[in-house]
Amino acid sequence: MKDTDKVLLAHGGGGGLSYQLIKDLILPAFEQHPILKELDDAARVSVKNGRLAFSTDSFVVKPMFFPGGDIGKLALCGTINDLAMVGAKPMYISVAFIIEEGLSLKTLGKVIESMEKVARLTGVQVVTGDTKVVEKGSLDQLFINTAGIGSIDDDLDISSSNAKVGDNIIMSGTIGDHGIAVLSQREGFEFQGNLLSDCAPLNHLVSRMTEKTKNIHVLRDPTRGGVASALNEIALQSGVEILLKEAKIPIKEEVRAACEMLGLDPLHIPSEGRLVAFVSEEDAGSVIETMREDPLGKDASIVGQVVSQGNSRVLLETIIGAKRILTLPKGELLPRIC
Amino acid sequence: MKYLDEFRARGPAEALIEKIQARNTDRPNFMEVCGTHTVAILKSGIKERLRGKINLISGPGCPVCVTSSQDVDKAISVAGIDGAILTTFGDMIRVPGTSSSLEKERAEGRDIRVIYSTMDAVAMAEKNPSKSVVLLAVGFETTTPTIAYAVSLAYERKLSNFFILSLNKLIPPAMSALLEMGEINLHGFICPGHVSTIIGPDPYRFISRDYGIPCVIAGFEATDILQAILMLLSHQEGAESRVMIQYKRSVTENGNPAALGLVDEVFERNDARWRGIGIIPESGLKLREKYKKYDVEDRFDIPQGTDHEPSDCICGRILRGISQPGDCKLFGKRCHPDHPIGPCMVSSEGTCAAHYFYGREER
Repeated sequence: MKDTDKVLLAHGGGGGLSYQLIKDLILPAFEQHPILKELDDAARVSVKNGRLAFSTDSFVVKPMFFPGGDIGKLALCGTINDLAMVGAKPMYISVAFIIEEGLSLKTLGKVIESMEKVARLTGVQVVTGDTKVVEKGSLDQLFINTAGIGSIDDDLDISSSNAKVGDNIIMSGTIGDHGIAVLSQREGFEFQGNLLSDCAPLNHLVSRMTEKTKNIHVLRDPTRGGVASALNEIALQSGVEILLKEAKIPIKEEVRAACEMLGLDPLHIPSEGRLVAFVSEEDAGSVIETMREDPLGKDASIVGQVVSQGNSRVLLETIIGAKRILTLPKGELLPRIC
Repeated sequence: MKYLDEFRARGPAEALIEKIQARNTDRPNFMEVCGTHTVAILKSGIKERLRGKINLISGPGCPVCVTSSQDVDKAISVAGIDGAILTTFGDMIRVPGTSSSLEKERAEGRDIRVIYSTMDAVAMAEKNPSKSVVLLAVGFETTTPTIAYAVSLAYERKLSNFFILSLNKLIPPAMSALLEMGEINLHGFICPGHVSTIIGPDPYRFISRDYGIPCVIAGFEATDILQAILMLLSHQEGAESRVMIQYKRSVTENGNPAALGLVDEVFERNDARWRGIGIIPESGLKLREKYKKYDVEDRFDIPQGTDHEPSDCICGRILRGISQPGDCKLFGKRCHPDHPIGPCMVSSEGTCAAHYFYGREER
């Protein structure tokens, strides 16, 4: 950093500059992460007896910085949320950067800083990592992969194949904020607004919920493909028919307006800090109550129900009271949204 | 939200549905001409709620769908011109021509770019003086003013490397062509709100006058469409046949004179080929003499080709309103939004795609 303010190929070469990058930029940010500081080839971690959850995800969002977040925040939240969606308490996470030659170190520093912030907020330890640099033009600025491990309490059984007839479907908040916030920054789409991405770590919200009841059958964060994809996959994996009520789905005005202009369906737009929960009918009320005590669940509401076994599909009851099949969105609707 | 939620609310929609249900109807055939209406009718569930009461038929109102395979082939030839950049709206990319599509040609290395505004094509021409930038001009009366503006801008800025392939079409001649074909017995038209915002109600008057069919220009929310249906039903019960405006918050008696003036300055009418219908007199637009140098067919030698429909595809019948997507043996099977065979499955506002995504047909 003394010699240049840009990432050079040599920063990924394993030599002096590589070490300098780790020592000057990465380690100071993760001061509170002792296992990372050991700098061994692999992190040595302790876990209690029981089940573990393990997940990985890669992040290529464009632009890297968007209203309400950046690729760093997203990369940590993404894996933390994937772990939380099986009821796991996220513990350890790995971070791998693939950097385009020429990225400013200041930019990289900002991304790392927001990762540290999420780690601090969630209590997750960054324990190992990797940095690669590729020639200019080989990728667009910065891609990040994270992988994480979490522990699952024995009395929980949360899975997309676990939806049961009668389950109430709870949505934790408004849908599509992330997708539209990112889209609003894209070339050719620029539109004004104060909409922020919903990108946030959901582990604390999930902890509250699982402390309240063990009768949470499914948790899912509606990321790529939005609520439509999430519910269709659950219907398929659990072999159930789901009835979703359009009038009950919380959608921000800005999101609705942007979708209207661009010809998009809010049900197809990704969120990065929301969840849908399938909860037995008798526990739904108390789960919603406890969710609403958390800032990330303050708009929680029941949006539908599992109506029958056997017919794997999602029916949408429209605002005017008709029912239609809610299909999966097609193809490359919004490339590089996460 | 202002101008959205009020028109989507359950209460008012329910009240309108009740009023419609209370009418003693003979299951009249109402055609929605516009693809945006087709999507709204299926997506909101109006078609299902009125099943058995009103027969809603989709018409030829998606500009992508009615572009003939011959014209798609022309666009493909244009993309093959040395040093050409073909610019197009996204929906046209996947429309099948006789043996290829722009999407496939792009993968083969042709310079084909998706634009969001016709101004992007003009800017591209200015930025790439050694290239011939061609705008694939597809659309109805709503889009045409933006194309006319692009041409007038090219004229003003004295660009010599900007061209259009004019496939623009007009809605009212297509409506009368359908009636002239005599295949379908219609009792009312739901006319397109966006097109009519530009052209106003006058161009439809001959339809109600000469064919005795009432027309209602409608907005795109559930209550708009339900109200339009109710207005058409009112006519059924003895009112004189006329053109009515339901979508008053957008459509005025005079349309948009500035846009119409611009289109008239740049374009004149010609005969045009519609997929599934054939040549409809005076239903297309070509550049006037003054702007002729921007016509890519005038500047380059583009093969005319012949029209060809994929076998078993019934898009033509669907566009004429005499078949439903469910009648097609390809629907949802060999023809699917991910691998469309006919144009009605390609465009998001195509009748087949709308039925695929929002209908209740078994797939």
